[in-house]
Amino acid sequence: MTAQEVRLCGLLLQEHFGEVVERIGTHLLRGGAQNLRTIANETNTPLDLVKKSLCVLVQHGACEFGSGRRGPGSPVEYRASCERVLRVLRYPRYIYTAKTLYGDTGELIVEEVLQRGHMTMSNTVKTVADRLTHNMEEGRSMEYSEVVSAFSKLVETHFLQRCPPVAEMGTAATSTTPATPSTPAAPASTSPPTAESNPDCYKLPHVTLIGRGKRRRSSDDSEEQRGGKKAKMDSESCGDEGIYWLVNFERFHQHFRDQAIISAVASKLDQTSSEIVRTMLRMSEVTTTQTAAYTQPLSANEIFRSLPPNYSISRPILDQYLSLLVDDPMEFVGKSGDSGGGMYVVNLQRALANLARATLESVVQERFGSRSARIFRLLLRKRHLEQKQVEDFAMIPAKEAKDMLYTLLSENLVQLQEIPKTPDHAPSRTFYLYTVNQLPTARLLLQHCYKTVANLIERRLFETKENKRLLEKSQRIEAILASLQASGAEPEQLTEVEEMITAPERQQLEALRHHINKLDSTENQVDETVFLLESYIFSTKTK
Amino acid sequence: MAGRGRGRGRGQMTFNLEDLGIGRGDSLPPTTFKPSPLFPPMPVQPVPLQTGEEVEYMLALKQELRAANKTLPFYIRRAAPKRDVDRYSDKYQSGEPKDSAIEWSPDWSRLPKELCIKVRKPLAKRHPPQVKQPKKPPVGKEEILTKLETLEKNEETVNSEEEEDGEKKKANEEEEQPEEEDYEEDFEEDTDYIMSYFDNGEEFGGDSDDNMDEATY
Repeated sequence: MTAQEVRLCGLLLQEHFGEVVERIGTHLLRGGAQNLRTIANETNTPLDLVKKSLCVLVQHGACEFGSGRRGPGSPVEYRASCERVLRVLRYPRYIYTAKTLYGDTGELIVEEVLQRGHMTMSNTVKTVADRLTHNMEEGRSMEYSEVVSAFSKLVETHFLQRCPPVAEMGTAATSTTPATPSTPAAPASTSPPTAESNPDCYKLPHVTLIGRGKRRRSSDDSEEQRGGKKAKMDSESCGDEGIYWLVNFERFHQHFRDQAIISAVASKLDQTSSEIVRTMLRMSEVTTTQTAAYTQPLSANEIFRSLPPNYSISRPILDQYLSLLVDDPMEFVGKSGDSGGGMYVVNLQRALANLARATLESVVQERFGSRSARIFRLLLRKRHLEQKQVEDFAMIPAKEAKDMLYTLLSENLVQLQEIPKTPDHAPSRTFYLYTVNQLPTARLLLQHCYKTVANLIERRLFETKENKRLLEKSQRIEAILASLQASGAEPEQLTEVEEMITAPERQQLEALRHHINKLDSTENQVDETVFLLESYIFSTKTK
Repeated sequence: MAGRGRGRGRGQMTFNLEDLGIGRGDSLPPTTFKPSPLFPPMPVQPVPLQTGEEVEYMLALKQELRAANKTLPFYIRRAAPKRDVDRYSDKYQSGEPKDSAIEWSPDWSRLPKELCIKVRKPLAKRHPPQVKQPKKPPVGKEEILTKLETLEKNEETVNSEEEEDGEKKKANEEEEQPEEEDYEEDFEEDTDYIMSYFDNGEEFGGDSDDNMDEATY
């Protein structure tokens, strides 16, 4: 947990859950596993607020609890997970992906589950049906069965999964396999169970939900809510109590990674080859584990059969494309055998490494110019070079090359390696070689990205705070306008209200909105780089 | 031997400067005297942001999510500090949660027991007077009868009458306690003099506080 990560996590928690949760969350992130009393004492927060914040954090999966270090008798300890909090930055991307794959219904399901942390299936279906009905025209409403089918599709393709059972000391586990009272004590102390360890994690519960979404009218809004509360207190159970679903981030990441590879192939080669790679990836979606270095081998016959029907290319042309892909220096596709017309794999790890390398190169190019980028690429290729060799190979005059190298060195993108000629390491008799290590440089850039996002968020908060008075005024005027329009006022009244905001104020508001939009979409874009670098670093860890 | 060549040119160093690429006669960049500026001028402008339908949609999603978070029960606010005086509008305008329980109901089987906040409702009434309530009417009747009997007897036993009246009063609800106390106070004086005629001197000297330049006699 680096300082930049903790800072970014704090800002994200503050935006989503408020300052109290932010204080507790950062304290947990910095301090490791702690129990309730320690947290309350060290953060000087009342015990009730600490309890509330911990409930919120556990609900969203950002915090885990387990029995204390001194055995089953010690108080419960809580651990926050930095990685999970950083996922919050990527929520819009997850929701948009669900929309492209499964339409509006899928989008709303994923949005609801993300906002609530984890939910039961029946709850999700009802809420989503109500929301969809609200947006439909009068007289039409959403059937529960449609939402259920979208939900089951999401579960089948592993985008949603069941929550892992809680192996808590003494309390019964909520999994389908009953656990004896003695066993939960042992696994709770070693490691918390993951979602994948549950064999039923993708099994839909047998629940029949029949009904339609309710349209909420503004007049009997409060009645509905009271009615809804009453229904909860009557505890109408739909048969799936205790089975909670959460979003499977790893599956989404797999999807993003595949998309990145396909678009890289499309831009390097052409559309048809990217379609071939897309087919290969789609066929090996469920057979590839998340940390695999390459997909399962697929024969050319299988690929030919599974190509989408509108891409009617003949068999020899497919073979030519495949051999082109194999010969490409980016090494997206590799050949692993000759049976069945040729066995081909997609080299996931190498593809990720290449994508990360391209990112590093483009960063250097945009910050320092194309000649520095040339030196950087040279050093990536040739590993170790002396000062003189750099000048010669890059074809840059000595003075400028020296300048650029020192700039890169001061930014820590390039390192110096000493190779002594004599055992006493005398500097006059030592080689000094410049080198670039891809993995540490990627880590460095990732930390820079976290710092960037944190700075963007802080700047946005600052801008909002500066213009708070103006924003509040515009909100009030909008509310007045809306109520006037609802009650049917004349245009003169509306214009009179609108003129309460003067023209310079309007300009200021416009500029503010423009700034905030820019900052927000920059955050989204930086998050794409963050994803790429994180995937690359993660893929190198498990070797 | 140490210090030879000091002051000539750049000065000797333990390694060969040529290896680092600083040849003879090259001038080094000027030394810096202060930390680098907070916002250094950028040599190149950054690449413009991506635009497109996808980007705009995700931007709108992000802003909607941010706004929606404030309304969800997961957004924890500190309790507002208590104001010095209870205001009338507090009854109708409370935005903060009244009790310290959380506003959504999680599945408590998935959370440790210690995180559950138990809300205690304050006891509105004390129980003992209610228990005695049904007993009051018959007791009262008996007391009244005995009192009438004793009143017919000689009035020297004023004290015993006082006690019986005191008991009768105590058997009533305790809400009437202030009245009972006032009643007992009046009785305790045990005189026939009307209290308002007696001036016990507390107000003496109060007027002279207004004019401090006059001497008090």
